[in-house]
Amino acid sequence: MEHIISVTVENKFGVLSRVAGLFSGRGFNIESLSVAPTLDPSMSQMTIVTSGDDRIIEQIVKHLNKLIDVIKVVDLNESEFVSRETALIKVHTKAEDRAEALRIADIFRANIIDSTPGTYTVEVTGDPQKIEAIINLLQPLGIKELTRTGRVAVAREPIRASAAQPKKVARE
Amino acid sequence: MKLNGSEIFIECLKREGVKTIFALPGGVVLKLFDMLHQQKDLDVILTRHEQGAGHMAEGYAKATGKAGVCLVTSGPGMTNVITALADAYMDSVPLVCFSGQVPTSLIGNDAFQEADNIGLSRPCTKYNFLVKDVADLAMTIKEAFYIATTGRPGPVLVDIPKDVSMATTEFVYPTSVSIRGYNPTYEGNKWQIKQAAEAIMKAKKPILYVGGGVVFSGASAELIELAELTQIPVDMTLMGLGAFPGEHQLSLGMLGMHGTYQANMAMHYSDLVIAIGARFDDRVTGKVSEFCPHAKVIHVDIDPTSIRKNIHVDIPIVGDCKTVLRELNQILRASVNGEQKELRKPWWKQIREWEAAHPLAYQQNAEGPIKPQYVVKRLYELTKDRDPIVATDVGQHQMWAAQYFKLAKPNRWLTSGGLGTMGFGFPAAMGAQAAFPGRLVLCIAGDGSIQMNMQEMATAVVSKLPVKIIILNNRFHGMVRQWQDLFYQGRYASSDLENTPDFVKLAEAYGAVGLRANKVGDLDAVLKEAIAVNGPVIVDVPTYRFENVYPMIPAGGCNHEMILEDPPELKDKQAGGKKVAPDGNDTVLTA
Repeated sequence: MEHIISVTVENKFGVLSRVAGLFSGRGFNIESLSVAPTLDPSMSQMTIVTSGDDRIIEQIVKHLNKLIDVIKVVDLNESEFVSRETALIKVHTKAEDRAEALRIADIFRANIIDSTPGTYTVEVTGDPQKIEAIINLLQPLGIKELTRTGRVAVAREPIRASAAQPKKVARE
Repeated sequence: MKLNGSEIFIECLKREGVKTIFALPGGVVLKLFDMLHQQKDLDVILTRHEQGAGHMAEGYAKATGKAGVCLVTSGPGMTNVITALADAYMDSVPLVCFSGQVPTSLIGNDAFQEADNIGLSRPCTKYNFLVKDVADLAMTIKEAFYIATTGRPGPVLVDIPKDVSMATTEFVYPTSVSIRGYNPTYEGNKWQIKQAAEAIMKAKKPILYVGGGVVFSGASAELIELAELTQIPVDMTLMGLGAFPGEHQLSLGMLGMHGTYQANMAMHYSDLVIAIGARFDDRVTGKVSEFCPHAKVIHVDIDPTSIRKNIHVDIPIVGDCKTVLRELNQILRASVNGEQKELRKPWWKQIREWEAAHPLAYQQNAEGPIKPQYVVKRLYELTKDRDPIVATDVGQHQMWAAQYFKLAKPNRWLTSGGLGTMGFGFPAAMGAQAAFPGRLVLCIAGDGSIQMNMQEMATAVVSKLPVKIIILNNRFHGMVRQWQDLFYQGRYASSDLENTPDFVKLAEAYGAVGLRANKVGDLDAVLKEAIAVNGPVIVDVPTYRFENVYPMIPAGGCNHEMILEDPPELKDKQAGGKKVAPDGNDTVLTA
């Protein structure tokens, strides 16, 4: 089963290779990995999309925790989470296709961020299904280049009744 | 106080309590060596190969329980020490290895003797550091020792570029270490420990399965108390030998691929496996799907990743063996009563039956060729009063040593378990000898293994490390030959060494003493003579060439299905006179 694991790490040289080396050395899958600094510049946030049965996921989480440069590991699948991915798609557009490309972009609420007489560059953000869908629709026009960020994800904040309740009372 | 990097290095080592370092110089570490040369507190043992330095540091660590330290140069120095690092990583040996690096300005330039030390060592160290600024050196060394010796111990590499070893800075010794991503758990979960105690009270056929973790956490006394209190039999892994006294009536000896019959049978038929500081290695579990089919499993380990890695665990306890066992004993002391012995009687009766049915056995004919098991047995009997430290290489001789040399205490057993590194034994023995100059240190070796680090005999002679090497010489890579006999229809692909050097002359060439026992009757006298020598000795013992190690569970086999002796076709083949015993003696014995 697919899991998204959020990993807070030291923002130091070599950390990425330690994490990548762990996955390759132990034969775990990485489907995507994205990494960027957090609010605290001494730390980075990694979002790793991986897959495996419960035993493997348990091992992945434990092994990540064992890495000395790893500060925190959260398996987001243990609760609700939201995830997004961005893709930049450079599409070949013959004169008769340009309107169709725009329509497709419009359907997916994608932006055209660059345009030449023969191409559009489309920026689209969403869940993996949405990205797949727009790629499928644009493919017949001819995709020249495609680059995807890999997913980033964050746990949904639990809605606590106790926190919401007093406000309501106050308004009344 | 302003100090240069090399002075800081020495100062930090001293404050970590280091007395001995194993080292081999080279271009980029000359400043470090120059400073070492000008001080008196640290003893530098110059090895002849960096692999030797690494294994010596391992032997030192295993015998003392403290971190072993080695120092090597960049490039080939680093690549040579990798085997020792990988070995230490597999067997959780606390090690701090310092490597030289080209000056920071040249890193990445393919400079002379440059290697990516951090990249090379990453998969075989617990952690590694590249020190880019001399101001970070003291803190880095402090952290390196802290990481190597706490939690599940392991090797740590500190890579020091040449310019860092020469630059000066204000020396401030850090008083404490705090690493936010590293907080090993020592205290076991109290509720889980209570669960474990209850399971132990209920179990009818429990077994203690103990490993190297007990040795490293110094939990032998607690283990003995637990076993005696509850009358539970004790199986030891290869790494755990010595954690529990080998001659203790509750000891069933080693378990696993070449474990005793009773140890493996007790494991297979138990209803409760209490694993302490052991990691369910494939050499122990055999076929995982049929491992301990009737048992609940309690697993105590300081490394959470060891738990549920290979097998399902019912009661996991992450924590230090000593701390957890203390707490467990406290609960059990209150609940265990005189009935325990009574309750375990049927279980012990069964175990004694197994023991009697298939004890460890070999046949030594007074006139025939010397059997390797007999050599180990005599060595044990002749030296056990002196509480020796025993190192081994890897192979058949290692298994015979594990089976027949019954260790009474921990930290006496130096062997390469996880990585199975041939050539480990001799340098490891030297490391232990450096730590304990007055002790008797033995190295049981094979003629194949010993040749992998033979060059260290020069170190032993010069540095006065009087290790006694006993070579069980069958002129084969014996374990390979055994597998070829059992599983490859006796085709000896590259396992027959045909000829080995004259080890007696070889010892003499290095300035050591060489002895040989050719006949069974000579053995005791030769061993005694070797032990009496005040210096390194090689005892070459030509043994029966086709002896096999039994019991044996074939790789991936099931633990209760052991091969107990040579299969008939093998006996026929050997008796058919196709094989010749050592020294042209045609007398062939069957095991």
